[in-house]
Amino acid sequence: MALQKITQVTGRGVFIPGDDIDTDRIIPARFMKCVTFDGLGEFAFADARIAERNVGRLHPLDDPRYKEATILISGSNFGCGSSREHAPQALYRFGYRAIIAESFAEIFFGNSTTLGVPCVKMHQRDIAGLAAIIAHDPSALLTIDLNENKVTLADVDFAAQISMPGHAREALTTGRWDSIADLVDGLEEVRRRAANIPYLSI
Amino acid sequence: MGKTLLDKVWEEHSVRTLPDGRTQLLIGTHLIHEVTSPQAFGMLRDLGLKVLYPHRTYATVDHIVPTDQRTEPFSDPLADAMVKELRRNCAENGITFFDLTSGNQGIVHIVGPEQGITQPGTTIACGDSHTSTHGAFGAIAFGIGTSQVRDVLATQTMAIGKPKVRRINVNGTLSPGVYAKDVILHIIRRLGVNGGLGFAYEYGGSTFDAFTQEERMTVCNMSIEGGARVGYVNPDETTFQYLEGRPYSPKGAAWEAAVKRWKNSASDKNAVYDDIVDFSAREILPTVTWGINPGQAIFIDEMIPNPALLPEKEQATAREAIEHMKLKPGAPLRGTKIDVAFLGSCTNGRLSDLQEVAKHIRGRKVAQGVKAIVVPGSQGVSAIAEKMGIAEIFREAGFEWRGAGCSMCLGMNPDKLLGDQLCASSSNRNFKGRQGSPTGRTMLMSPLMVAAAALTGEVCDARNIFSISFPDKA
Repeated sequence: MALQKITQVTGRGVFIPGDDIDTDRIIPARFMKCVTFDGLGEFAFADARIAERNVGRLHPLDDPRYKEATILISGSNFGCGSSREHAPQALYRFGYRAIIAESFAEIFFGNSTTLGVPCVKMHQRDIAGLAAIIAHDPSALLTIDLNENKVTLADVDFAAQISMPGHAREALTTGRWDSIADLVDGLEEVRRRAANIPYLSI
Repeated sequence: MGKTLLDKVWEEHSVRTLPDGRTQLLIGTHLIHEVTSPQAFGMLRDLGLKVLYPHRTYATVDHIVPTDQRTEPFSDPLADAMVKELRRNCAENGITFFDLTSGNQGIVHIVGPEQGITQPGTTIACGDSHTSTHGAFGAIAFGIGTSQVRDVLATQTMAIGKPKVRRINVNGTLSPGVYAKDVILHIIRRLGVNGGLGFAYEYGGSTFDAFTQEERMTVCNMSIEGGARVGYVNPDETTFQYLEGRPYSPKGAAWEAAVKRWKNSASDKNAVYDDIVDFSAREILPTVTWGINPGQAIFIDEMIPNPALLPEKEQATAREAIEHMKLKPGAPLRGTKIDVAFLGSCTNGRLSDLQEVAKHIRGRKVAQGVKAIVVPGSQGVSAIAEKMGIAEIFREAGFEWRGAGCSMCLGMNPDKLLGDQLCASSSNRNFKGRQGSPTGRTMLMSPLMVAAAALTGEVCDARNIFSISFPDKA
């Protein structure tokens, strides 16, 4: 199962302002009554988008200016709450290939990385700068470089440092971001370890 | 140098270091339910993999199950399909399924412990973030995503980095009318909703020593709301007494050997922690969330915050919360009208939660216009509650007594808020839209506070409503 090595993601950005954006908001529970992940994309941020529409506004995900965006940008503790993998699945299927945020909740970060969607941390100050540039020019092209640990823009003099836990960078850049292959490789040792643990060998 | 329980369990369960530097960690017990397992089984089939240890896998149905009309087919065809899918996957793989007809169905984090499946010194995983609950037994328990459910099914392991450990001490005696729920809401308020990121929380101190297992479970349950994926309490006599005689607990000589191992799994007296935080039990009052995340909480006698007066970083979310919750900054929290009262969930759906409320509400009635529902956490809890007359006390008072499941905690079944109804809830999340209606509003609190709100129709101090004496009014 050869996975793509992910060292860079290039694309347009869309900013979703706010801290502590939870996975219930990213994909409300009523859309999780499914046995596959098919079709989840259209329901990303469903209730937030409906709420904006109801008051005659456009949520960034419905704003035609950001239709081409493949990089989502947000605040701190992004993806907090429920462990639902339906959340990064919905974002991926909506069209996002990377997320930049001030910080990420742990389970969401892991779920996202396993799908090959890099989650990179950026300082609030730089996020604000990036958001302003994108608001001015939605076609601005961002490049997230996982080896250089920075985000740059194609036609604008902007460079911001980003960070990611070493194991995630290692996994993404070497094409091992879905750990199932590595875990299966260890099956012999799993059986050996389990045989030495009393509550497992009973 | 002493070791923490986390150190000991990690050492025993580490299989090897993976190429990316993380640990391949053996997961001794895998709990599954109908929402996060179907895709995982599908992935196994696609990959041509089998379930490695079906005998270490246990299933229940909880999130989508109706709490009123529970005979199949369910009125919701999607929910019906999910239960059948789980049943099929369990049957095909030889996995024990606490099905609706078993008498043991219920919320996964209530079923595991009451069956004696949750044990000290073990690792546990489940596709649900409140898996941290099982840490109350001195287990290292992780909430995981669906791909990780696949990993555990196929290899009985997951790829995970070892967390740091923050020791949280709560010392002293809780005041009357202050409960385990208030303790964890207080801790999250003080440490923040992402304060625990990268940490396992080890809870201790005299307050925890005195807690029952059910109280410890309430606290560990909400560790994730504080950003800590793992939360645990060191096992002790209270833990062993709870587990003795349960269906999956060891018996006879195996029991003696297990207790010895369990005692040894506890953190050493000279264990070294990455951080230590101390709280005084006496400072904790009945706590209620006013906002849209569990950290936005205040004591019952406080005023709704004014966003402009909060630290700058908190202001935007606070404004959003005030707007969603339709509250007035500076107004008292007390007196906020409620529409719905929900008693249940993996946080507070256990026998002791229901018992404590029943003790105080006997002979009183739910307020006009309030919809109050009680959802026991499992069929086991429900059966005992019926036998003890607890169910009847609730029914007499005008609460709807329902079948076991997650119910209104997340509104995946028909138990949802309507419009912008405000719910006094014993659950664990108050996110926007959490309880099934996008404009619905949730206030988290202890079971007795939910009951007080149900009887009066408004958020109020349960200690007044139920004449629970204050410690300094001797």
